Amino acid sequence: MAYALQQLINGLTLGAMYGLIAIGYTMVYGIIGMINFAHGDIFMVSAFIAVTAFTLLAAADVTSVPLALTFVLIVSIFFTSAYGWAVERTAYRPLRGSTRLAPLISAIGMSILLQNTVQLTQGARVKPIPPVIEGGIELWNTPAFTVQIGWSQLLIIVTTLILMVAFTWMITQTPFGRQQRACEQDRTMAALLGVNVDRTISFTFMLGAALAAVAGVMVTVYYGVVDFFIGFLAGIKAFTAAVLGGIGSLPGAMLGGLLIGLIESFWAAYLWPEYKDVATFGILCLVLMLRPSGLLGRPEVEKV
Amino acid sequence: MKKTLLATACLALGTLSGTASADLSVAIAGPMTGQYASAGDQIRKGAEMAIADLNARGGVLGEKLKLEVGDDACDPKQAVSVANTMVNRKIVFMHGHWCSSSTIPASEVYNEADIPMATVSTNPQVTERGLKNIFRIMGRDDQQGLVAGNYIADTFKGKKAAVLDDKSAYGKGLADEIAKAMTAKGMKPTLRESITAGEKDYSGIVTKLKQAGVEVLAYGGYHTEVALILRQAQQAGLKLTVMGGDTMTNSELVTAAGPAADNVMFTFSPDPRKNPDAAPVVEKFRAAKVEPEGYVLYAYAAMQLFDQAATAAKSTKYKDLEKALRGGSFKTVIGTLSFDAKGDQKAPGFVVYRWQGGKYDYAK
Repeated sequence: MAYALQQLINGLTLGAMYGLIAIGYTMVYGIIGMINFAHGDIFMVSAFIAVTAFTLLAAADVTSVPLALTFVLIVSIFFTSAYGWAVERTAYRPLRGSTRLAPLISAIGMSILLQNTVQLTQGARVKPIPPVIEGGIELWNTPAFTVQIGWSQLLIIVTTLILMVAFTWMITQTPFGRQQRACEQDRTMAALLGVNVDRTISFTFMLGAALAAVAGVMVTVYYGVVDFFIGFLAGIKAFTAAVLGGIGSLPGAMLGGLLIGLIESFWAAYLWPEYKDVATFGILCLVLMLRPSGLLGRPEVEKV
Repeated sequence: MKKTLLATACLALGTLSGTASADLSVAIAGPMTGQYASAGDQIRKGAEMAIADLNARGGVLGEKLKLEVGDDACDPKQAVSVANTMVNRKIVFMHGHWCSSSTIPASEVYNEADIPMATVSTNPQVTERGLKNIFRIMGRDDQQGLVAGNYIADTFKGKKAAVLDDKSAYGKGLADEIAKAMTAKGMKPTLRESITAGEKDYSGIVTKLKQAGVEVLAYGGYHTEVALILRQAQQAGLKLTVMGGDTMTNSELVTAAGPAADNVMFTFSPDPRKNPDAAPVVEKFRAAKVEPEGYVLYAYAAMQLFDQAATAAKSTKYKDLEKALRGGSFKTVIGTLSFDAKGDQKAPGFVVYRWQGGKYDYAK
């Protein structure tokens, strides 16, 4: 029982991070109908920005952890959003209105570009930072097993919760959210009604990148090492999460992320860890066979 | 008339490029980029220094050496294409590759093209396929696993030990041998699992180890995953002693794992830096601001091996080189090398090391 609880905590932490990245995939798909394959690498870039910021802080002798975290979060969100904006501006906007495949290919190109740039400028070695947040609380002490939640795990779960609430509020209650939803439903109609479609799309990319930046900072704090390749696997898993939850659906992305995190940790806990990814993608296939639009997705209505 | 002119021009070009490549090309190959790039870097630094020294002395058989560098990123497919490129560049000797899973397919290409090679890959299969062109200047996983397994069974008697691997040719080979040696000494591994290399989250497996009460972890794989496992174990309140293979020589382990790296032990050939004959070369590396750790001196030794074999055979033809390598005994910075019929080094010898405060030394 205690063991299962510990694996639940592990799974939630992992799932929260997948969910944060998955939202970027799902929002972009919702608004322009393309898979932004460079999103995983945007996440990787944000982790590198976080490492740089932490190193700068260490050089400046800042020892207060909350202060350091806030600073790193702000810096990382700012620069990563700028990356998100720039990627959309250079690689996708010029292709808007061409075939659906064109932006997809330029997304893959962008992904390779970001990966290789980081590899060449930062080196191929892993970049470690010393542990930022150490220790945790013992939740449950049984003679056989002690359930522990690390402060960093708690931070990840709580931050994700707060962000989800804020995000839902923004999409449902603010003028920007209204414009965003309008563009999702019908871009031409939204433009006719005076919505600045290009700006809304840019902003969507920046928002997705900002959430990925939060995930990037969390990964840096929790695992302590980053390398230029982390975006690939994280991107694939988050994309899977978005599809599992129903691509285009925001709560779906979060749910998909959590589910994948939980499947991974429970499969590793009770069955064969080496078949963890097989299980994740097997379940994805099953869900898609039974519910082609994902768990919370709406089936696309073809207008004839 | 025009056609004849063109043909003559082509011929002239052909002869020109023929004379231009008078130098002897020798090559190294390994992961120069990617996850394990730091090992590739060590090999390159070692080989570059060796080539510079040999050329300063006048080259090999009167010809200057030229170093070709191949990057396989530890990807078997890329390794084969690197091998083809090297064959086209007409190399006479290869030192590489580094990952066993790259060395095995690439060696088939070199074998067909009659190119002798020295490798540090430790998977038994490297020399078990009957290829005549391979010479291994390091020990084999089965010897390495035996030393590690026996050490665990003797030193940690009565404690629970798990054996983990990363599913790679190298990692699984080593982990299987460790488990076999432990079981033979009456210490059955509590857990025997595999993980996926390249991930960041190992909290699931760490929790599983904690649940099983494991204190000693034998790991077949690379240092990057060990660093993450150690870090996550520390967060989960689990104290682990890790026993790994030769890949744990990488000092990146210490930067990534922090103080937890002090719990890492590994098997490796006796430290060539402690070899008194190597002292001048070690000094030279340090003067050039290169710490001759890990594979640096092995790469240096591989080039010495080529030099001495070519000098003894008075030729760089495959037949002569192969005969010289198989029959001879060579004095290198990693000790005296001689090879058996399979191409394995005759006196490999593995020792157990332990990281301590950012340096490793023989474990007591």
